[in-house]
Amino acid sequence: MPDRVLTGTRARNRRLDLGLRQAAVAKVVGISGSYLNLIEHNRRRIGGKLLTDLARVLEIDAALLSDDTTDAILLPIKEAAAAFPEAIVEDARAEELVSRFPGWAALVAAQRRRIAQLEERTEALSNRLAHDSQIANSLHEVISTATAIRSTASILAETPDLDREWQARFHTNIDTDSARLAQSSQALLGFLDMEMEAGDTETESAMEQAEAKMAESAFYFAGIDKGEEPDFGDVDDPAARVILQDWASLARKDAERLPLDAFSQAAHATAHDPARLAARFDVPLDMVFRRLAHLPNDKDHPLMGLAVCDAAGVVTFQKPVLDFRLPRSGAACPLWPLYQALTQPGRAIRRVVRLPGAAHTPFECFAIATPVGDASFSSEPRVTATMLVRPARNEDHPDVVGPGCRVCTVQECSSRRHPSLV
Amino acid sequence: MGQRVLLIEDEPNIIEAVSYILSKDGWTVHTHSDGETAMEKVMQGVPDLIILDVMLPGRSGYDILRDLKAQETTADVPVMMLTARGQAKDREMAIDLGATRFMTKPFSNAEVLESVRALATR
Repeated sequence: MPDRVLTGTRARNRRLDLGLRQAAVAKVVGISGSYLNLIEHNRRRIGGKLLTDLARVLEIDAALLSDDTTDAILLPIKEAAAAFPEAIVEDARAEELVSRFPGWAALVAAQRRRIAQLEERTEALSNRLAHDSQIANSLHEVISTATAIRSTASILAETPDLDREWQARFHTNIDTDSARLAQSSQALLGFLDMEMEAGDTETESAMEQAEAKMAESAFYFAGIDKGEEPDFGDVDDPAARVILQDWASLARKDAERLPLDAFSQAAHATAHDPARLAARFDVPLDMVFRRLAHLPNDKDHPLMGLAVCDAAGVVTFQKPVLDFRLPRSGAACPLWPLYQALTQPGRAIRRVVRLPGAAHTPFECFAIATPVGDASFSSEPRVTATMLVRPARNEDHPDVVGPGCRVCTVQECSSRRHPSLV
Repeated sequence: MGQRVLLIEDEPNIIEAVSYILSKDGWTVHTHSDGETAMEKVMQGVPDLIILDVMLPGRSGYDILRDLKAQETTADVPVMMLTARGQAKDREMAIDLGATRFMTKPFSNAEVLESVRALATR
């Protein structure tokens, strides 16, 4: 067992480095010289008080001497060496490094772990930059505006016989587009700034991992409709697994009350009207919202997203759709119907909203806040709000809700928490 | 009347500029700016060429392209995709779905004209 070998060897090396005699050390820690000799030659396990006492005499942190720490230090040191093959290291003497210079070894190991964390974070940020719909929309706005300016400017420069009316029109377009470009590029910077701040404080959260797992199967697990248990064994984070299992448990209950074929047929028959579906199946609205958002894609149902938050407004689940995605950090716009529902539990809310900017799809939102769990005389009810989101069909004047104050272009807003960056 | 091109794009000033240069080149330009109803617009009068933006409100240009290639009446209409993303995988996706050309924004007017003329003579 290599870990046992190391502990004794480390203790011996450390004692020799300090110039201490075996018998003297044994006496201080209250064991015989021969027993310490057995330990130093890795023929006896060591732990508990004896390990602590020995570490104190050898002026070393007990954790650095213990077997449990060995792999935690040795492994990253070996990984560090493997990551830089161009560096000629004494690979065979890695264990000796740990035993003779435990502090330096721990530092190398800690740096290796830090590098690995930073690499993971960089990858997560990179993925987010590539796939985040808000950043993608913002980038699209910048490039589209630049394209319009370039194309219009070329016409002005390359068409000497352009008549005055067209000339004036294109000048106006360039003027408005240049103002838009300034605004959208600032918005893009704002989003990037937010992403970097998020990256400074956390790697991918359990909620993000759970969402990513659900997104892999388009938020639908066919097994749930057959009463099967989905397998989340490939999700590393235990907290993410708990989120997924809780979600699957709720989805199973929903599926029992709203069987797929009957619900799917009724959804088509009612034009996916949540209120009519709730009445037809005699179930609460929030259950209908969840079921609608978790229908399979192959049944010709419209795109539908979902968001659930707790009483503090923290988003505990969301299925994004098109531009719709609430920030996980709790910095969302309070004008979303999801949060308005929280102020009036039990009241069903339907509103059509859109994000600021002409290119955004309007969304039809249905929201309700409901108590969760059984009522009790001894505790306050736990309330959650659930919101179904889908692209709106025909609505002339959707209300504007922001992506979040920092990157929201709506100037006159009584709900603004802090100034916009754009 | 010249050949008909349908420009499906949601940015009004790009629509105006591209429409101007194509009209000046002899094309009859029709425009549409909503992804969700784009197929209805196409079916109202199948054009000789379609210029299709990828990011549209309501529906992605890739989904529209998939539908165009699945319908017998539109399967052979050349489609030039416009996108703000020029990554190889986006280009591959467009070509795999049946796009005839792929153009990355911001483009020059000369590039648009050259591509449209090339597609017209196919």
